[in-house]
Amino acid sequence: MKNVSKIAIALVAIAIVIGSGLGYIYFSNPSQETAILNGSGATFPYPLLESMITQYKQVKSNVQINYQAIGSGGGITALTGKTVDFAASDAPLSAADREKAPNVLHIPETIGAVTVAYNIPGAPTGLHMTGKVIADIFQGKVTKWNDPAIQNLNTGVTLPDKDIIVVHRSDGSGTTFIFTGYLSEASSDWKQAVGQGKTVAWPTGLGANGNTGVAGVVQGTPYTIGYVELAYALQNSMTVAAIQNPAGNWILPSLDSTKEAVQSVASQGLPAGNEDWSNVNVLNAPGSQAYPIVSFTYLLVYEELNVIPTMTQAKAAALVQFLWWVIHDGQQLAPDLEYAQLPSNVVQINEASIKAITFNGQQLPTT
Amino acid sequence: MNQTLSYDNLFKLLTAIIAASAAVILIVNAYTLSTGALPVLQRFGGYFFIGTQWNPVPGREIFGALPYLLGTLVTSAIALLIGVPLSLGIAIFLVEMAPKTVKVPISYLVELLAAVPSVIYGLWGLFVFRFWILNYIETPLSTYLGWIPVFSGTPFGLDVFSAGVILAIMIIPTVSSVSREVIQAVPDSLREAAYSIGATKWEVTRHWVLSYGRSGIFGAVILGLGRAVGETMAVTMVIGNAIGPAAVPTSLFKPSQTMSSLIANGFLEATPASLELPAYIGVGLILLLLALSINIIAHMMVTRVLKVKGGGAVE
Repeated sequence: MKNVSKIAIALVAIAIVIGSGLGYIYFSNPSQETAILNGSGATFPYPLLESMITQYKQVKSNVQINYQAIGSGGGITALTGKTVDFAASDAPLSAADREKAPNVLHIPETIGAVTVAYNIPGAPTGLHMTGKVIADIFQGKVTKWNDPAIQNLNTGVTLPDKDIIVVHRSDGSGTTFIFTGYLSEASSDWKQAVGQGKTVAWPTGLGANGNTGVAGVVQGTPYTIGYVELAYALQNSMTVAAIQNPAGNWILPSLDSTKEAVQSVASQGLPAGNEDWSNVNVLNAPGSQAYPIVSFTYLLVYEELNVIPTMTQAKAAALVQFLWWVIHDGQQLAPDLEYAQLPSNVVQINEASIKAITFNGQQLPTT
Repeated sequence: MNQTLSYDNLFKLLTAIIAASAAVILIVNAYTLSTGALPVLQRFGGYFFIGTQWNPVPGREIFGALPYLLGTLVTSAIALLIGVPLSLGIAIFLVEMAPKTVKVPISYLVELLAAVPSVIYGLWGLFVFRFWILNYIETPLSTYLGWIPVFSGTPFGLDVFSAGVILAIMIIPTVSSVSREVIQAVPDSLREAAYSIGATKWEVTRHWVLSYGRSGIFGAVILGLGRAVGETMAVTMVIGNAIGPAAVPTSLFKPSQTMSSLIANGFLEATPASLELPAYIGVGLILLLLALSINIIAHMMVTRVLKVKGGGAVE
């Protein structure tokens, strides 16, 4: 008798568990109109994307967007595996990636800039530096702050006779990719010995995790030099180098000088959204007030959305409308978060790309 | 009667399945890591285990994991050297000496240390603790003893030594609470017998209590070592993350890197379909092998110690 009642209790318990599971499935899907979009990828634009997604809730309450900042590489893998609706990447797709994921559109959604930040007690912001000098410091060839290579560019400033402590990123990152790309352009020695990558074989210095880590080490340790994203440098009021651009001017990193760099490159022409972007280079832009270490960060979507197994007409329409909003109204959120807004000539290229997105061969409304 | 038996069998089966799952997880883990690391093992062979270069830049790929293996071993050794005596001191004090009013709150506090997430230790290490280490330990040591190779180099507070000290702090709760249980389990009759023949507190602790509980205490140390070897976030934040030959820990005051911090640093942004991803998986495989061999050796040592001492002790 005892056993029977125990079995009865167990059966009831199991029924409750299964029942509540079914109930959850039933009730959590109240209307079919809610479109859920999933994206993943770069960490650099994450704060901006997150803020855009939150804001977009108020524009379209029936669209739910999830973005996972798992890194550009992970985002591209998810996109080629067709497990996400869109991806974000700091680097454009390589030729090999394009073979695996053909017909992917590049939609630059914001601009990244890398600052060279240093900590010399008493030295002001805006120390003059050239790309060559920065490359030599990070390669361990210039080792003292008062080395003539630095001192001659800064005649008015007294630099200390101290060893330079180099701080670099320890994690793989788009920031490192942009920075080492710039050093490769500035110094043939660097290009030959180290090259460009998300992680490189650093000849010297110590590594810190993330922008926060580099900023923390540089700010906490005198006589260090490191590189951090513009937003981090501005938010932490770090002392940063003014870098000589191809026009010969010493340019401090700022939202304006970043935007000018992209504008001047875009005015010379950019590929269409469905073309190869792997050679797009915003480094050393020609604008007279353009900051030289600048790069796009991209949203990546398939031009024909029916290749994604879970895609529906409603989701496709919601995605196109969200993208359209990101490159227009969404841009207004950028300056508050220390991201640069897209210049109008880039927005025009994006408009054409987004209008080209189709689902089962049909165009989708953008608003 | 019959019914009880079938329940019993069912229970047996259930526990057997649960026990088997532990073995299955380990085998699946080892298999996945081995197949994942295969491309890099085929390409570099033995160099992967004894090489020091690490370069994921496309076209220059070369991967040798030796510096990170050494980094893991050295930081864990420092952690044990500092952490184990402290933990034993805490455990002995709490069991043998502390009055109840002190014992209970301190036990709780020590166990609370275990609940602090490792990233918190890392942040504290990065923003606060490293300056203490730098100013009060590393700078004096390098000024006066800098001629000894292990103290050479200019210290910044982000190096092998800081990582070892942070790890020591992190293993204290594990080691001290387990050895406290072990010491508590030593029968009072043993202590009373020792006191009755005129032993001092120190002699009782040294010759009877610790000796009686040594296999348990050894187990506690191995648990701590396991935590130190696998710890990732806190180490990553204070070890300085050097790469390649620069990461070989030749001095305590040099930045280095451990296997788990290398994986944590590089894995997320590793280029898909390159040799970089298999290389990180290969490092994971080495880490798994290291952890396994530590446990196997520990097990062998415990059983040997027990055999030698014969009837004298425990279990």
